[in-house]
Amino acid sequence: MKKPASNQGMQGLRSEKEKYSIFSLARNSLTYHENWSQAWRSPEPKSEYDTIIIGAGGHGLATAYYLASQHGMRNIAVVDKGWLGGGNTGRNTTIIRSNYMWDESAGIYEHSLKLWEKLSQELNFNTMFSQRGVLTLAHTEHELKEMNRRVEAIRLNGIDSEVLNPNQIKKLVPIIDINPRLRYPVMGGFIQRRGGTARHDAVAWGYARAADSLGVDIIQNCEATGFIIEKGTVKGIQTAKGPIRAKKVGCVVSGHAGVLANLAGFRLPIDSRPLQALVSEPIKPILDTVIMSNSVHMYVSQSDKGEMVFGAGVDSYNSYAQRGSLNIIEGMLAAAVELFPVFSRLRMLRSWGGVVDTCPDASPIISKTPIDNLYFNCGWGTGGFKATPGSGHVFADLIAKDEPNLISAPFSLNRFISGYLIDEHGAAGVAH
Amino acid sequence: MLYIECPWCGFRDDEEFHYGGEAHIQRPTDPNELNDEEFSEYLYLKSNPKGVILERWLHSRGCRRWFNVLRNTVTNEITEIYPIDTLPNSKEGTEYYGQNWRRKSSVEKTIKPREYK
Ligand SMILES: Cc1cc2nc3c(=O)[nH]c(=O)nc-3n(C[C@H](O)[C@H](O)[C@H](O)COP(=O)(O)OP(=O)(O)OC[C@H]3O[C@@H](n4cnc5c(N)ncnc54)[C@H](O)[C@@H]3O)c2cc1C
Ligand SMILES: [Zn+2]
Repeated sequence: MKKPASNQGMQGLRSEKEKYSIFSLARNSLTYHENWSQAWRSPEPKSEYDTIIIGAGGHGLATAYYLASQHGMRNIAVVDKGWLGGGNTGRNTTIIRSNYMWDESAGIYEHSLKLWEKLSQELNFNTMFSQRGVLTLAHTEHELKEMNRRVEAIRLNGIDSEVLNPNQIKKLVPIIDINPRLRYPVMGGFIQRRGGTARHDAVAWGYARAADSLGVDIIQNCEATGFIIEKGTVKGIQTAKGPIRAKKVGCVVSGHAGVLANLAGFRLPIDSRPLQALVSEPIKPILDTVIMSNSVHMYVSQSDKGEMVFGAGVDSYNSYAQRGSLNIIEGMLAAAVELFPVFSRLRMLRSWGGVVDTCPDASPIISKTPIDNLYFNCGWGTGGFKATPGSGHVFADLIAKDEPNLISAPFSLNRFISGYLIDEHGAAGVAH
Repeated sequence: MLYIECPWCGFRDDEEFHYGGEAHIQRPTDPNELNDEEFSEYLYLKSNPKGVILERWLHSRGCRRWFNVLRNTVTNEITEIYPIDTLPNSKEGTEYYGQNWRRKSSVEKTIKPREYK
């Protein structure tokens, strides 16, 4: 079969990359894994691109990948001030679910979950997506009632969701303490069985590798420091490696969205706050479900390496320091130990923080901006990892067509003027 | 952990305080004069600076009084603490206040200038 020229269709390009499979694993083990081919290039920027994406997190890389694979664009660059996946993508606790209450949210998060279900195959990269179920606990009578109401709303959107009583929870999670005399007793919970976790780095790497195969230039250590704007239209960006011109620019920088918006001359309804997580020493498999609790503010899952991965709450103050206050971690661990007494002897290995872009209604912004051909995707705050594929998919559509599609339209900046907010503080009650 | 000096109680952990967000955002004198876009600016838009921020804190688990703080959002260093109804005194505080986008916005022009002491 004739090999297509390098800019025609992804199959031809894809074949230039070694296909990962059990056979390639076996073959490479024979040479001590020293001969794996590079997953992506590290090119110098060209002077001009059709589209530049600022931010090589999962969302930015997914956007570039879908621009190339769905919209046939080839002349694309993704720039990042650090290394790819080094932002919140590489810092999060990887909880994936789509059980949000409002129709608009169901639209985007379920779109994402469906993409997750096929992602490893599509990217030829094992994202270690594990649909182990996400269980959210209720600790008060009121919370339980509200949960029942929310579950019905979620089911009306065709998203799997069911309420469990304390005994069912104990059966599913034997290490949990359901003693009614706890300060915050487990009174019930609801589970999305299709929810779960994925390997955060693998998502960034998988999208990077697939985008690179389609000709996307991923340029690391290249901070965007300004925009080239002529007569209200963006014409490119200023970077640490000099100016790069572009017909369209998509900005996907999570916690730094406000900084970039300022550089473009407008403001966002976003506050950047620290969000922390920590992992314990690895132990034998003990927890095969993701557990979240809004009222005691704790969420935990066990990684494939055996570490318990804990997520804490967001600090109350603005900060770009990538670290938060210790009392937040103390509060979360106190709750974790009360619910899982067996954790009391676990030693914690590492803790870290990210800068999350929190929005007043706990919903994202996927939008055109006051500058023509400049698009922003931000405001995912404490919970955007789960949306990585869907967010990239609809954002690519917005950039390619200069029109939002039905899924992204409700998330435009305009909602802060019309007042049509999508209040998901209930679903996003904890950082997750 | 931030270590904040309440003007009345002295240094305490940030756990004792409640964050009041960006300082010096004035409520429009007559909201009916503003269109939706302008009111949205007052209601939702944030400075969210990387670097100097002027912000309000409430010593909620102490003396329950409000005060203003100049902090750097990258280093978390606090360099000025000043009463709630005043403007910052330090050079960087004064500069930040004067250059903030709100000073130029059409919304602030509709506001009767506040008498700072
Ligand atoms: C501790 C923690 C736990 C979390 N847990 C979960 C969870 O369990 N489930 C969930 O769904 N979500 C979770 N999140 C949220 C989730 O991580 C984010 O919403 C999501 O990863 C954002 O992806 P992104 O690609 O937009 O951002 P990022 O991965 O942060 O990527 C943005 C990139 O932009 C780059 N950048 C910034 N400024 C510039 C510039 N000027 N020029 C060039 N590049 C720039 C950064 O270097 C960064 O690489 C968590 C977040 C944290 C911090
Ligand atoms: Zn005090």
